[in-house]
Amino acid sequence: MTAVPYDEALAEFEPVIGLETHVELGTASKMFCGCATEFGAEPNTQVCPVCLGLPGALPVVNETAIESTIRIGLALHCDIATWCRFARKNYFYPDMPKNFQTSQYDEPLCTDGYLDVLVAGETVRIPIERVHLEEDTGKSLHVGGATGRIHGASHSLVDYNRAGIPLVEIVTKPVTGTGTMPAEVAKAYVTELRDVLRGLGVSDVKMEQGSLRCDVNVSLNRPGQEWGTRSETKNVNSLRSVERAVRSEVERQAFRLRAGERIVQETRHFHEDTGMSTSGRSKEEATDYRYFPEPDLVPIAPDPVWVATLKDALPEAPSVRRLMLTKELGLSDNDSEAMVNAGVLDVVLATVEAGTSATEARNWWLGHLAQSANTAGVDAADLPITPAQVARVVALVNAGTLTAGLARQVVDGVLAGEGEPDAVVVSRGLAVVSDEGALAAAVDEAIAADPDAAEKVRSGKVAAAGALVGKVMKATRGQADASVARRLVLERLGVTADLS
Amino acid sequence: MTDLTRLTASETAAAIKDRTVSAVEVTQAHLDRIATVDGQVHAFLHVDTEGALAQARKVDAGEFPGPLAGVPLALKDVLTMEGVPTTAGSKILEGWRPPYDATVTARLKAAGVVILGKTNMDEFAMGSSTEHSAYGPTHNPWDLTRIPGGSGGGSSAALASYQAPLAIGTDTGGSIRQPAAVTGTVGVKPTYGGVSRYGLVAFSSSLDQAGPCARTVLDAALLHEVIAGHDPHDSTSIDAPVPPVVEAARSRHIRGLRVGVVKELSGEGYEPGVQARFDEAVEILKDLGATVTEVSCPHFVYALPAYYLIAPSEASSNLARFDSVRYGLRVGDDGVNSLEEVMALTRAQGFGAEVKRRIILGTYALSSGYYDAYYGQAQKVRTLITRDFARAWESVDVLVAPTCPTVAFPLGAKLQDPLAMYRQDVASIPSNLYGGPAASFPAGLSDGLPVGLQVMAPTLRDDLLYRVGSAFEAALPAPVPSLAWENA
Repeated sequence: MTAVPYDEALAEFEPVIGLETHVELGTASKMFCGCATEFGAEPNTQVCPVCLGLPGALPVVNETAIESTIRIGLALHCDIATWCRFARKNYFYPDMPKNFQTSQYDEPLCTDGYLDVLVAGETVRIPIERVHLEEDTGKSLHVGGATGRIHGASHSLVDYNRAGIPLVEIVTKPVTGTGTMPAEVAKAYVTELRDVLRGLGVSDVKMEQGSLRCDVNVSLNRPGQEWGTRSETKNVNSLRSVERAVRSEVERQAFRLRAGERIVQETRHFHEDTGMSTSGRSKEEATDYRYFPEPDLVPIAPDPVWVATLKDALPEAPSVRRLMLTKELGLSDNDSEAMVNAGVLDVVLATVEAGTSATEARNWWLGHLAQSANTAGVDAADLPITPAQVARVVALVNAGTLTAGLARQVVDGVLAGEGEPDAVVVSRGLAVVSDEGALAAAVDEAIAADPDAAEKVRSGKVAAAGALVGKVMKATRGQADASVARRLVLERLGVTADLS
Repeated sequence: MTDLTRLTASETAAAIKDRTVSAVEVTQAHLDRIATVDGQVHAFLHVDTEGALAQARKVDAGEFPGPLAGVPLALKDVLTMEGVPTTAGSKILEGWRPPYDATVTARLKAAGVVILGKTNMDEFAMGSSTEHSAYGPTHNPWDLTRIPGGSGGGSSAALASYQAPLAIGTDTGGSIRQPAAVTGTVGVKPTYGGVSRYGLVAFSSSLDQAGPCARTVLDAALLHEVIAGHDPHDSTSIDAPVPPVVEAARSRHIRGLRVGVVKELSGEGYEPGVQARFDEAVEILKDLGATVTEVSCPHFVYALPAYYLIAPSEASSNLARFDSVRYGLRVGDDGVNSLEEVMALTRAQGFGAEVKRRIILGTYALSSGYYDAYYGQAQKVRTLITRDFARAWESVDVLVAPTCPTVAFPLGAKLQDPLAMYRQDVASIPSNLYGGPAASFPAGLSDGLPVGLQVMAPTLRDDLLYRVGSAFEAALPAPVPSLAWENA
């Protein structure tokens, strides 16, 4: 055992966490050239002299990216710089065409903000250090090694399609006072941040595709002592992993500290399968990035009037919309927090807007859809079903076309890519059967198969009809209209139904 | 029939326009000239015979109406040209054929200019003699044992040996002006941002500026007008009208113009012959009606050290991309060496000594803990030099100084002494740090070798350079080299 259980660790140590989040902006073109940014294109088909770093090529700033970054900063209550510059971050790496990354250093676009998140019914304010804009790198594929890592590989392939896609980095200040819940706070923050970004429409924030990436910093110290040495965990690719990464790092550090060892300042790699991280590059000898102002670009000086316009046009914050859910739609605080944590707030709202009640939307997204997402290992909001489709299924239930069980089958069909709900109903033959002629045979079979129950009903124990109705439902694979089936059973057994 | 290679660019364009001669004939005459003399001069790294003749045929078919249609030009090998080798004088780019045209190249093509080929230069434009080319030095047509200046020695030598009437140079610390001075030709560094840097293989991004080179002031102005102007591909390109350079080049009068002689750019360190020609040049300007005063620019003496921090710093970053991964040389890729080892071997073999020296200098100057003392301090000096210029413009319209402290020195003379080589740029660097335009015009001979008069003007007043140049040229025609070696 090389870990101290989470609760035990946090009874002994105080955590300090920090989160660096990278967001690929959803701009149509790259940060410094006109190349497309589509995900999943053939390798090296979305490249040009600029994003390949060919000799002589020069960058030109994508104005939409600047605007998106400022909007993110405003949504996070940051100060927006009136004048700032890009800087070059110099280091050699083959997926970085120029061997420097055009980024921002000591003059970020946005500074000093915060984001409030709800954890266990309490509002926790996460302080934001900075929001800055930079370019993404290409992607290396290491071939021939056992691990897919560069070590041991026979050769490497590089895809520059991603090189130069605008990337916003959002860095928190060190977050203290999370007590026994650093992992929960971390997850709540990334979840809330994702909802903010989605609400702004600046990114598709898909963690599994890498358009939202998170590095988690953790340190522990004994109460009253100075902050400990921090580690930085990368490759944290889902909301669930954010929580697990903090949790495992707390447990690991607590074990080492208890054993009297010191924590090494290092980069760690999180492994989705094991929920553990392994040691990566040591940061004890800090890389000297030799930052200096990017001479190929002119300074950015956002017009304060324009910034004010952007601020006025910001959408409602998720917290405000959450309030709306609880106040106007009558959902409980627990429900709304659960929805935030599951990352389904937006889709629930959209489902309500598409015509369902708040409860119906809640039940679907926290119920069957949450289970489906869990099974598929994705976030519910990323399931291949739209709020409008969910609303349509609800409408079919309310119209009596579907039972609850049938509705789940229809949803499964939509998730399996079988088309719109109505199409799935037809193709899977799932509509409720209330036609008495069609049900009569099933009723007769049910009675014949269970003479005891039939006799009980005949003798007045109407409740025993339930078993027979169940048989009818089973025989019709759930498609029978249960109330019709019940009436037919009772009629056939000579009971004058008191259907109350 | 006249020797077509001896015509000026404007004469050539006129002859082609009125069909006295065809563009193909003009082009062929220059290709023949290159074949005859460039074995001794070594101005060209690559001659694009087919491309040049194809362009000339298009001109003859009437495709281009511009004032320089059909005129041959020598392009410094630091500007990309689609499909044509571009090396920047370095082994590390040997064999690389760019997939795109620099904006300057594209504008030349669109104007019907015939690009003969790519000219030799100090590797990545780092040097003042063209001896730092990985492909061997260029020789000065005035004396083949001497340097043609640098980094753009190929372009200046091509002009002086009549291999081309026009050339493109780039000037980071004097690489257009010093070669012009030591070859008796005209070289203009436009206002920074006046000519697009897109496709210019970067040495020092905040200083690099492409510009026109020619044998006459008018020719330079005509070329300036073709290549200048805003380019959306270069964020530092100035979005303003091109100054009226051609009109200025035809004006030939400077009566009433206020000329300042920079006190700090004369005396010690300047060869007596250079100083004498400069003093005479100032007298000529007076005779032409200019009012001449001495102006002190006290921070100019710090220009050279500031430059040798800023330029190498930017270069250390700009040259990082030459890593063998995507293009150019690759050394040691044997399946055993690691990626880092291949990168290191490639850079060790691909870069020359001077380039490595500057990469090391710049890497050091940008390092954590040294940044403020070196790069940061140099940027402050840059601000002070800019203020010196601003103060000068309160009392004068242009500043003058010798272009460089010496005439062309013998090949090899300064190779073992980098600091002596760096001092070639002592008078030209201030304008680069400031960003304003500056030019070198032929100012006679010292011991049979050309001397240059440097004129500096406020940003976006490139026209003032041509005004002074046109008047001065009329009063003191450029010297003509004997080229006695041709018949030797």
